[in-house]
Amino acid sequence: MTPSPTARADVRKTYKLYIGGAFPRSESGHTYEALDAKGRWVANAALASRKDARDAVVAARSAFGGWSGRTAYNRGQVVYRVAEVLEDRRAQFVEAVQRSEGVNARQASATVDASVDRLVWYAGWADKIEQVVGGSNPVAGPYFNLSAPEPTGVVAVLAPQASSLLGLVSVVAPVIVTGNTAVVVSSFRRPLPAVTFGEVLATSDVPGGVVNLLTGDATSLGPWLAAHMDVNAIDLAGLAGDAVVAAQHEVAAADNLKRVVRAPAAEPDWTAEPPLTAMTAFLETKTVWHPRGV
Amino acid sequence: MARTELEYAPAPESRSIVDIKASYGLFVGGEFVDGHGSSFKTVNPATEEVLAEVAEADEHDVDLAVKAARRAYDRVWSRMPGSERAKYLFRIARIIAERSRELAVLESIDNGKPIREARDVDVPIVAAHFFYYAGWADKLRHSGYGETPLGVAAQVIPWNFPLMMLAWKVAPALACGNTVVLKPAETTPLTALLFAEICQQAELPPGVVNIVTGAGATGQALVGHPDVDKVAFTGSTEVGKAIARSVAGTDKRLTLELGGKAANIVFDDAPLDQAVEGVVNGIFFNQGHVCCAGSRLLVQESVAEEVLHRLKRRMATLRVGDPLDKNTDVGAINSPEQLARIRELSEAGEAEGAERWTAPCQLPDTGWWFAPTLFTDVTQAHRIAREEIFGPVLSVLTFRTPAEAVAKANNTPYGLSAGIWSDKGSRILQVASQLRAGVVWANTFNQFDPTSPFGGYKESGQGREGGRHGLEAYLR
Amino acid sequence: MDAEEHAPGTTAAPLDVARSDASLRRFLHGLPGVDQVGAEARAAALGTRSIKTTAKATALDLAISMVDLTTLEGADTQGKVRALGAKAVHPDPSDASCPRVAAVCVYPDMVATAKAAVGASGVKVAAVATAFPSGRAALDIKLADTRDAVEAGADEIDMVIDRGAFLSGRYLEVYEEIVAVREACGPAHLKVILETGELATYDNVRRASWLAMLAGGHFIKTSTGKVQPAATLPVTMIMLEAVRDFREATGVQIGVKPAGGIRSAKDAIKNLVVVNEVAGPDWLDPDWFRFGASTLLNDLLMQRIKLTTGRYTGPDYVTVD
Repeated sequence: MTPSPTARADVRKTYKLYIGGAFPRSESGHTYEALDAKGRWVANAALASRKDARDAVVAARSAFGGWSGRTAYNRGQVVYRVAEVLEDRRAQFVEAVQRSEGVNARQASATVDASVDRLVWYAGWADKIEQVVGGSNPVAGPYFNLSAPEPTGVVAVLAPQASSLLGLVSVVAPVIVTGNTAVVVSSFRRPLPAVTFGEVLATSDVPGGVVNLLTGDATSLGPWLAAHMDVNAIDLAGLAGDAVVAAQHEVAAADNLKRVVRAPAAEPDWTAEPPLTAMTAFLETKTVWHPRGV
Repeated sequence: MARTELEYAPAPESRSIVDIKASYGLFVGGEFVDGHGSSFKTVNPATEEVLAEVAEADEHDVDLAVKAARRAYDRVWSRMPGSERAKYLFRIARIIAERSRELAVLESIDNGKPIREARDVDVPIVAAHFFYYAGWADKLRHSGYGETPLGVAAQVIPWNFPLMMLAWKVAPALACGNTVVLKPAETTPLTALLFAEICQQAELPPGVVNIVTGAGATGQALVGHPDVDKVAFTGSTEVGKAIARSVAGTDKRLTLELGGKAANIVFDDAPLDQAVEGVVNGIFFNQGHVCCAGSRLLVQESVAEEVLHRLKRRMATLRVGDPLDKNTDVGAINSPEQLARIRELSEAGEAEGAERWTAPCQLPDTGWWFAPTLFTDVTQAHRIAREEIFGPVLSVLTFRTPAEAVAKANNTPYGLSAGIWSDKGSRILQVASQLRAGVVWANTFNQFDPTSPFGGYKESGQGREGGRHGLEAYLR
Repeated sequence: MDAEEHAPGTTAAPLDVARSDASLRRFLHGLPGVDQVGAEARAAALGTRSIKTTAKATALDLAISMVDLTTLEGADTQGKVRALGAKAVHPDPSDASCPRVAAVCVYPDMVATAKAAVGASGVKVAAVATAFPSGRAALDIKLADTRDAVEAGADEIDMVIDRGAFLSGRYLEVYEEIVAVREACGPAHLKVILETGELATYDNVRRASWLAMLAGGHFIKTSTGKVQPAATLPVTMIMLEAVRDFREATGVQIGVKPAGGIRSAKDAIKNLVVVNEVAGPDWLDPDWFRFGASTLLNDLLMQRIKLTTGRYTGPDYVTVD
């Protein structure tokens, strides 16, 4: 179709990665075509390479000390702020979900609502999870004994392939609200909500490097992350239904005994309230003993 | 070069941020309404200036407020999913933070507390408290205390931390799905009424929070109302006992935060400079109008002289005066009645043979003031070692062994809080386990956090506020 | 420094604990501990003091008069030092009421140049010596370094302690080195740099402060400026507590010099508040409190101009040295 010479041409966004608080293109120079649910071209998304994944792990590791050292109260406020900013960009996300997932406006709207509410739910957990899963232990001796959860470190997340926003939020929030930092591979075919979510994170007081978002193929990036010796845990949600590949990731993860959240047989219903294990999967329990005596 | 004196020039916080109306009504069903009773004046204790006329709720007003709360409970609040209740509480937390300076200035004017404390302690804790309990509203099934609300809560709070006590009462009640009728203290109603405006800004459903102002009679009408399911009171042990009697034989649930006579125990291996800071903070924070104040200093005899020397030197640097001056450490006594009580007990201390020492400071001519004071040669038998003074008066006693320290610390009908100062961890934990007090601070004092339960043993009250434990009082 | 409380080479007699590592250890580890959280909270609370109008004017002039205007670069030249000297004597050439700074602080080879630059203005010349900043040299080299600087006319010597010896518990060695440097100083006053950023704990800062005071230093100084963190407010507060307690124990008053990291007038005023409320007004004097700084002076001058003229000024209106 020939455009009208007097019509305004829109200015289109470049879809980039989100690493260490910045928005680089892939170091490989590769992109891939992100299509909408009807197969029409929407954008050229950055195709993250294994070196982008490596850089993202470095960024996540360097952010870990500061983020895990913040008070739980502060982390809760930051995650709540993410919810505020996401809600503020509601219309944009409704459109992105509609195009990516092929749902109608009402369904997309409900998905965005659920995503905001999921963030609010997790924000509240920041300073409560320790009160629910930690506590003092009545050891039989003159000792004070206290168990408390601590974040495990850098968590690789292969985000769900179908649920491009609610699924993404549901796997990222539990990782960061507990003080871990994340390297996330978005849905391969539906990367656009993830890219925009990166922009939300960048404007929500989340320090650079706490969440790093890579658009690309989980099955090609996943093995590198699963084998990476400076990654402490991996969530294989994005490999749902692919038991063979998921098992290979688990084998690679065993090299440094990563904590693994296994791939489900099929992508779950993300609208259900998550169990506490969504957070405890990425928590260590530290128990401190101290004698009592004058 | 001649010695330079660095005299701090006045640094007053601007009052222009607050707009105090000439008169205030009651907040019932989401609206400000006229009361049916008379009115009373609230006064700035630093200047004796009348700030506003405030309606005094009578029994009829209280009944209307309880009815509004019941209606909101039945029709809206108890039926709303926790995740939606949470959002209103988060809104309130955010608006409190947005209007924090306004709240801090108003609190300082109405209460007499230093702006530094209202600004840096009270109001941030208030916002944090709402934020914390907002997060519980949709997680009650993980609380361990059930997830069913009680109904309408009658809440009566004191004048020492007007807004903070409001937060401690209202936030957990609402998070659990209860609605409330709150009575602020008659000398400090203004920040509660500003909080009512905040509820309006947050579009909290009408009737979820109702505020009835007044004195003791209003409080009695509220806690005695047959349609309240829960009574929560913070104040004196005497009134707490009366309330316990008045709810006897009913199904009303009860929590009480009452008086204290906390021991602050300094061992000879304490980090002395920090211990002195902690003792000063323990008793002179908020003019000593603190139920958990460290009003008894128990100091090991081997370091008593050195600690007292350092303590007096530190007390001499306390800046007493205009609460709105950003450099003021100790503000005004909240009311002439309270000032009279502090004077009466201090005179008793002298009459009973204790040695009185007062920090050298200039007190303003108008308003109600009491200079930071300590008594030495105090024994367990003295009234100033047994009765809650609720003012900037510290009683110093000594001990020789940890067992003696524990025995003296526990030798009181109260049991709210205690402090321990030592560099030896095992001693701290052992002494802490032997103290009959609901909160024990080690190498710190007067710390408050929304995640941390607070409340007393014995006659200091029953139930806990704050933290996961604070949910118990509002769930079944 | 005019107050000569104790003669060079002598130590405070009532505290004769420097017989061995063990006796020093017993003494230093017997000092009351420092609770980190409480100390930092106290410093932060003092940092909220609001110093306005007349108090601010007093504080700014006092702070200017306490500056040890410092250049300690490998690239230092005589020209740079002469410029520094001129700035020290007339920090604000457009305002005769602006006080001069306390001293210029240079490497030993620049002492003669600095001395000529400040002339008879009353501005002192301080030299860093003893293999500054690491202190990693043999004792005779450190002493020669000190004597050279004094012979070149240095009024004050800023020495570094051997942090390695201190951290490994060789307290007597640290003590004796300070005593030896003090002796080599002759008439010059000795500032003892603890390099608190390498001592890691406030307990160590307190112990090193006492060690330096026992050994006869006239001043205790936080840092070289080459290690981070340098002069934080809690560290300065701990050292002010030490000099306060030392005077009570011995009658001898010792000065304190935070150095490194104090870049704004606001930070300088926070320090003066801590001096005022922790050590007391006796220390509010360039003889007893100094700021080791370079960029701080211009911010003090800009704040001073703001108070005088009522409008904010910019870096183009103060001199670059």
